[in-house]
Amino acid sequence: MQQQSQARGIDMAALGRGKQTLRLEDETVALDVPGLNLFYGNKQALHDIRLSIPRKRVTAFIGPSGCGKSTLLRCFNRMNDLVDGCRIDGQILLDTDNIYEKGVDVAELRRRVGMVFQKPNPFPKSIYENVVYGLRIQGINKKRVLDETVEWALKGAALWDEVKDRLHESALGLSGGQQQRLVIARTIAVEPEVLLLDEPCSALDPISTLKVEELIYELKSKFTIAIVTHNMQQAARVSDYTAFMYMGKMVEFGDTDTLFTNPVHKQTEDYITGRYG
Amino acid sequence: MSLKRKQQSVRSWFKSGAPMVWLNGGAVAIAIIMTIGLLTLIAVRGLGHFWPADILEADYVIPGQSAKVLIGEVVQQEEVPSARLRGAGYPVTEEAPEFMTRELMKVGNREVFGADFSWIVDDWLQNKRYPAELVAVERREWGNFYGRLKQVKENGQVVAEGEAAWDELKARLARVDDLHSDVVKLEKKDIGRINYGLEDLRLKQRGLELKGQLNAQAQADLDAQRAELDAQYKVLEAELTALHGEFNRDSAVFVTSDEREIEINLGKMVRAYRPNGMSLSAKFSHYGSKLWEFVADDPREANTEGGIFPAIFGTVMMVMLMTVFVTPFGVVAAVYLREYASQGAMTRVIRIAVNNLAGVPSIVYGVFGLGFFVYVLGGSLDRLFFPEALPAPTLGTGGLLWASLTLAILTVPVVIVATEEGLARIPRMVREGSLALGATKAETLWKVVLPMASPAMMTGLILAVARAAGEVAPLMLVGVVKLAPSLPLDGNYPYLHLDQKIMHLGFHIYDVGFQSPNVEAARPLVYATALLLVIVIATLNFSAVAIRNHLREKYKALEH
Repeated sequence: MQQQSQARGIDMAALGRGKQTLRLEDETVALDVPGLNLFYGNKQALHDIRLSIPRKRVTAFIGPSGCGKSTLLRCFNRMNDLVDGCRIDGQILLDTDNIYEKGVDVAELRRRVGMVFQKPNPFPKSIYENVVYGLRIQGINKKRVLDETVEWALKGAALWDEVKDRLHESALGLSGGQQQRLVIARTIAVEPEVLLLDEPCSALDPISTLKVEELIYELKSKFTIAIVTHNMQQAARVSDYTAFMYMGKMVEFGDTDTLFTNPVHKQTEDYITGRYG
Repeated sequence: MSLKRKQQSVRSWFKSGAPMVWLNGGAVAIAIIMTIGLLTLIAVRGLGHFWPADILEADYVIPGQSAKVLIGEVVQQEEVPSARLRGAGYPVTEEAPEFMTRELMKVGNREVFGADFSWIVDDWLQNKRYPAELVAVERREWGNFYGRLKQVKENGQVVAEGEAAWDELKARLARVDDLHSDVVKLEKKDIGRINYGLEDLRLKQRGLELKGQLNAQAQADLDAQRAELDAQYKVLEAELTALHGEFNRDSAVFVTSDEREIEINLGKMVRAYRPNGMSLSAKFSHYGSKLWEFVADDPREANTEGGIFPAIFGTVMMVMLMTVFVTPFGVVAAVYLREYASQGAMTRVIRIAVNNLAGVPSIVYGVFGLGFFVYVLGGSLDRLFFPEALPAPTLGTGGLLWASLTLAILTVPVVIVATEEGLARIPRMVREGSLALGATKAETLWKVVLPMASPAMMTGLILAVARAAGEVAPLMLVGVVKLAPSLPLDGNYPYLHLDQKIMHLGFHIYDVGFQSPNVEAARPLVYATALLLVIVIATLNFSAVAIRNHLREKYKALEH
């Protein structure tokens, strides 16, 4: 990050890392939000959100604190069900199925839409058991299957080389960055279709952050990724599409290059150039 | 402006916080001193009892009466005003000093003197001496004997006399000791098994009778089985009679302090020793064997002699059964309250009720246990499952099961509260992590949350054990008795006898100290038993703490 060219230090040169030009219209849709309102009690937190998250791309959600980007992300795997007094009005389509329909198997939905949280949250079990947790939940207990999954998931999360000799030691002995990659490995072990990342690097040091970002870049060939981040450089670096939210509304959604270099809305421009936030 | 402290004033001293520190430190110091003092007191009083005390022989000259010889152990000494002695009828003259020393002497020989203990005025004792040949004999009945050994007899024939008799006695006592353990084994194990079988047959027959299925065939069957057991019993009985004959072969003749001759059968002796002539190492080995007898043997003589092993066993067994009952019950209740019940006025009321339950006096639980468990539950179970034993109750009377259940009810609030706190402390993101992987709430609870809350459950359990092991009042109502030498765990099917009455250390202390016919003899045992109770509770607790620390270590790091 030596070449800080703009006010907020967004490295625009890095953006052009050989990307092909992306057009939203050409993408297939993984998650479609045709209109969603969310209320905490009487307070409305999300206002008529409309967007389509493209398949096998990285979509970043940016916006000031409290704008509702995490809340929206948690709508995609119905994590908000756990919040008392949270009410959702509208629908979200995962492969044309409304996930808020009655009778939806929420556990199955969450298997298909995995999530990684702000702080690394490994279970107090061994590294191995952390990775196979989701499989065991599904009733898969064959040692061969589990062993294979552990290897490819940890390789997929770029953690294999660091932990392959201590798979049966406690996951709590890993560093923060390793723990976060373990959580990603655990999430991809159940082969979800969509990966939700809720500020995955906010608790990590710069080097770990870099590793996770590289990982995101690699993972998008297999998974649809939605990432919430406070860090605009990060959004610019890792994402193909970016959504800017403000006060519970979707202000602008488009491909990352356009949104950062040539935003349509004044609010977006103000935010990415640091005039508020 | 100077930063130097201004002149000390009382106010600034108070403001500095120093008085508070002194107050807190002082309170801690007092608490520690009291604990150590308590432990020291019961340890010294209790453990001293097993040390072989010297036997005193002296001439007791009460003014105006002829002198007599006393032999015994001095147990206690105190200063009393001579006026009080005079009032008690002692012939104390007016010239006597204002205070006189009075001592409690264990003179033993209950069958001769009528009482083991007597109060002696020290000033009237003359010519105190400690001859090495004085013998103390511990007997299975009638308490200690003190005197001089005269001769040892076999089948009434004198085999040794004088100093040679002592070695003969020791050799023959060792033989009797082996025989005694054979007798006990035969009586308890083999004959016990036969009695058990006979009782089983009786119940079977009665059960068939009640069902109206007792036909000639079944009756003949039962009779055959009974005949077989009877035959086995005959053999054992003969064996036992032979053993008893061997056992009672030898006897020893002693001379008491008033020159009477007493013949004591060796079968009635537990041990004989001559403390005045013992070396220090001999005293230590005697002490060790007494201590071992205390923790490993059955009680004798209305619990005032012998050991308290059944009480230790009963206490530990009951506490363990209690944990088996209380853990699942408390944990399940806490999980429901914390995880599933909607948090509202109702759950708040329930929580308050649970907390208040912990404050209900324990005797109330005892009454509840008697009224509900024993009479209602036990009574109905008897009618349903053990009609053949009626009118003798099986479960419809106090027993191990009901005692443990009563204690479980008594301690369940502690477990609930501790578990709930533990559940509340599990970070939300760990649960979310599990849910996000497609686990249901129940799976999350079972696989992640409960293991992580296990140290808190152990904390609850530790508190529960500490409270339960020390309870006495409720237990007196639901199954703890003065004497129950047969253990609730043995080799007869179904091995664990939940309906059996048990002994308990806490109740033992009360019983020995205050209900015993021989309070003087039992007093040191009160301290010794109290010390043992403390040790048992501490052991139970420390093992639980060790398990908790292990669990904590396993699940620690996530407390950020």
